[in-house]
Amino acid sequence: MTDQIALQDKVKDGVEKETVDAVAALGTYKHGWNTEIEMDFAPKGLNEDIVRLISERNEEPEWMLEWRLEAFRRWQKLDEPDWSMLKYAPVDYQEQYYYAKPASMKEKPKSLDDVDPKLLETYAKLGIPLKEQLILAGVEGADAAPADARDLDGEPATGERRVAVDAVFDSVSVGTTFKKELAAAGVIFCSISDAIRDHPELVRKYLGSVVPVQDNYFATLNSAVFSDGSFVYVPKGVRCPMELSTYFRINAENTGQFERTLIICDDSAYVSYLEGCTAPMRDTNQLHAAVVEIVALDDAEVKYSTVQNWYPGDENGKGGIYNFVTKRADCRGARSKVSWTQVETGSALTWKYPSCILRGDDSQGEFYSIAITNNWQQADTGTKMIHLGKNTRSRIVSKGISAGHAQNTYRGLVSMHPKATNSRNYTQCDSLLIGGECGAHTVPYIEVKNNSSRVEHEATTSKVDDDQMFYCQQRGMDEEEAVALIVNGFCREVLQALPMEFAMEAQQLVAISLEGSVG
Amino acid sequence: MMALPKVKHDATEARLEGLFLPEGVGWTAAARQDALARLRAQGVPHRRDEYWRFTDPARLTAAAPRPAAPMDLSDEAVLHDEIDRLKIVFRDGVFDAGASDDLAVEGCEIVRLAEAQKTDLHWARDIYGALEAQGQTPVDRPLAALNTAFAQDGVLIRVTGRVPRPVEIVYRHEDDTSDPILHHVVRIEPGAELTLLETGTAGARFNTALEVDIADDGRFHHLRDQGRNHLRQAATHSFARLGARSVFKSFTLTLNGALTRNENVIAFTGNDAQAHVAGAAIGDGREDPFHHDDTVFITHDAVNCESRQVFKKVLKNGAVGVFQGKILVKKGAQKTDGYQISQSLLLDDDSQFLAKPELEIYADDVACSHGSTTGAIDEEALFYLRSRGVPEPRAQDLLVLAFLAEALLEIEDDTIAEGLRQRIEDWLDRRAG
Repeated sequence: MTDQIALQDKVKDGVEKETVDAVAALGTYKHGWNTEIEMDFAPKGLNEDIVRLISERNEEPEWMLEWRLEAFRRWQKLDEPDWSMLKYAPVDYQEQYYYAKPASMKEKPKSLDDVDPKLLETYAKLGIPLKEQLILAGVEGADAAPADARDLDGEPATGERRVAVDAVFDSVSVGTTFKKELAAAGVIFCSISDAIRDHPELVRKYLGSVVPVQDNYFATLNSAVFSDGSFVYVPKGVRCPMELSTYFRINAENTGQFERTLIICDDSAYVSYLEGCTAPMRDTNQLHAAVVEIVALDDAEVKYSTVQNWYPGDENGKGGIYNFVTKRADCRGARSKVSWTQVETGSALTWKYPSCILRGDDSQGEFYSIAITNNWQQADTGTKMIHLGKNTRSRIVSKGISAGHAQNTYRGLVSMHPKATNSRNYTQCDSLLIGGECGAHTVPYIEVKNNSSRVEHEATTSKVDDDQMFYCQQRGMDEEEAVALIVNGFCREVLQALPMEFAMEAQQLVAISLEGSVG
Repeated sequence: MMALPKVKHDATEARLEGLFLPEGVGWTAAARQDALARLRAQGVPHRRDEYWRFTDPARLTAAAPRPAAPMDLSDEAVLHDEIDRLKIVFRDGVFDAGASDDLAVEGCEIVRLAEAQKTDLHWARDIYGALEAQGQTPVDRPLAALNTAFAQDGVLIRVTGRVPRPVEIVYRHEDDTSDPILHHVVRIEPGAELTLLETGTAGARFNTALEVDIADDGRFHHLRDQGRNHLRQAATHSFARLGARSVFKSFTLTLNGALTRNENVIAFTGNDAQAHVAGAAIGDGREDPFHHDDTVFITHDAVNCESRQVFKKVLKNGAVGVFQGKILVKKGAQKTDGYQISQSLLLDDDSQFLAKPELEIYADDVACSHGSTTGAIDEEALFYLRSRGVPEPRAQDLLVLAFLAEALLEIEDDTIAEGLRQRIEDWLDRRAG
């Protein structure tokens, strides 16, 4: 905590104590605490029995088990990819737990009194408002509670948040809010395990249709062992009445989280989906291998926003989440649109390429990304825009910020197929380096196979401008505030693409993530 | 060292079957043996290699070249004829003393590899194969190792002053199945300067390597016209090492060619140096295929150096253009200014442009950027010219020339630039006629 000592020293110069405390409070990972809760674990390790066990716990039909086993058999034959710029010790897949469920969730709690208070506390601490908290704790009927519900301290709930949440705690979904209101609109929003039981026709039709079982090492692993995740179906012509959100929390030690999200947006439908993730601080690396599949049919629009704030490891690079994620959207319908926005500040390792297959004519794909790496974090992230349909458009804006000893790579593909005539892509990748020990890399692939399309790619790498720093500092900001301000400016285009409340959180995260990177 | 996959091992042995390390090669023998060991360890390239994802090297690694008929170039004006230069002529890789000038020019010492390797303690022994070997990390370049091992001849130039006349290596291609391997070495001593011209097609298939070692304050200009033979297959390599305040400028014009892979590997080792690499390529795949690949790797390992990559391609009738460019800025290489632009003009729907412009940066006080664009000819510009009475084919040619101009601007010498520009015009005219 030498930083704090240094800060205390500065107080002599007349800096207010409050300011010092505020800056010091920014210092550490805020969600690094751990919930002491009794967990029900599957045995450690990975084999067919574990796959069967997961399937059994989720009460899955036979076809789902077969699907998983097929994936597991394929996975055993695959090699872990080595083409990324990430350097890490090999992951021992047999040293992980693949299934962990709070023991209290064995039977769904019927009332607030039955809910494990620790689980409640966890969500309270993560800053999820009470009305949702009741539901997140898995209390049946809570979503029908009156709007003036009171929180635990008897304070009135503030404001009305129109966000439905599916909360995933380690391997299971503990609850989904606003189900009834969504159902009235025809929207299905539930955990994927519920969907497999209740809507098998939809799951069978779409699961694996965007990210096939054998797609890549991590996606194949996920297909075999995914324990839960979210499922969304927005029917024809429906504009989802509220934003949907999934909150992923890894809590148990040595436990991998493998969630699967499937979003289907039918003709002319619209949905905005938010994803947040946190994990406790632990010395060992934890595995997270998720798959997100999005299907957008004719005129459908999906907006998918992520604030990824998994535990990044400490300042010496110890611990942190290994985040290997496959996210892909299939713009199957004409004039469909999918927009990915991501703020990646957490994880020790990030391996993630949210992509769009622009199959429908006139379909659109967007990718807005901020990836911040500090200390010993490594990120290899980017997107693929695969133009197959005519008049398809894509836009990529990527901002990478690297500080400390971190390595930050943008990796992307823009492909214009011969039949994707009159298509358009614009790509901008900017990297910012803070300090001389970090790295920023750009690895774009551009493949253009017709001449009526236009593809433009720009990339820059620079450091925080001295003149801007000087200007901010002579206006009374300290170095850290000035960097945070400049970096926020650097990321502005992406922050603007985020839904309002995420944007606020993301702005703060940008500042927090870079704490300790200057001076 | 991991054993090679069987496919690679077999392909490598097949390629090596007809090749024998030359005898009586004096001081190059050790370098050649090392290079052969490198090649055996790496194996010949395969299309599944990441570095060859856009270009299938099969024709470059086959035991024998695919026959390529020489071209009747009698209707073509001799390039650089208006310049006073020293000519060194190779016919299908074989030195032609009769057609060449006396290898004596003020400010430099020129000797052929085949002669020089017999003399002991030659200055080139520290460079031959050494820059190529350094250029093998972090990416394997097996065809360059093959070149060092089996080069049959080449030109060694040591520059001690400011050479008043450019030196031109003239290649002639006369044999349908020639497969020459040539290796040149240039050493620019402190403060010295040389302009090296390379013109023509060296054979049905050829593999050339050029190692350039520039001492502090040295300057080297390299201008290359790869000839317009249609079916030729070429792998060229240029390895440059730059001392402090030195200048390296290279421009390549490529018209036609079934398969061309031009690799440029540049390393900054002294501060305040400058390297510009540029290329213009036009290909029309109507009668014969056109596949052109520019692969550039620039390593900044010194302070305050500037690098520029400017590559332009015009592609038609199924022509394929490839650009793989990388700027690597090592830790501590502060004040680096790296710029890279790759653009292509697709004149029809059959052509393709495939690019991978990469940045890998480990220093914070740098300004690096790259840009890449692909598209058709600007309809508005075309309309503007036509509305001014310019016939459509001519208007298109004008726009093609304008598009390529940025690359040609990288050429310092106006006379040479004009000569190369004229080549492009002639090519466009010939296609129209």
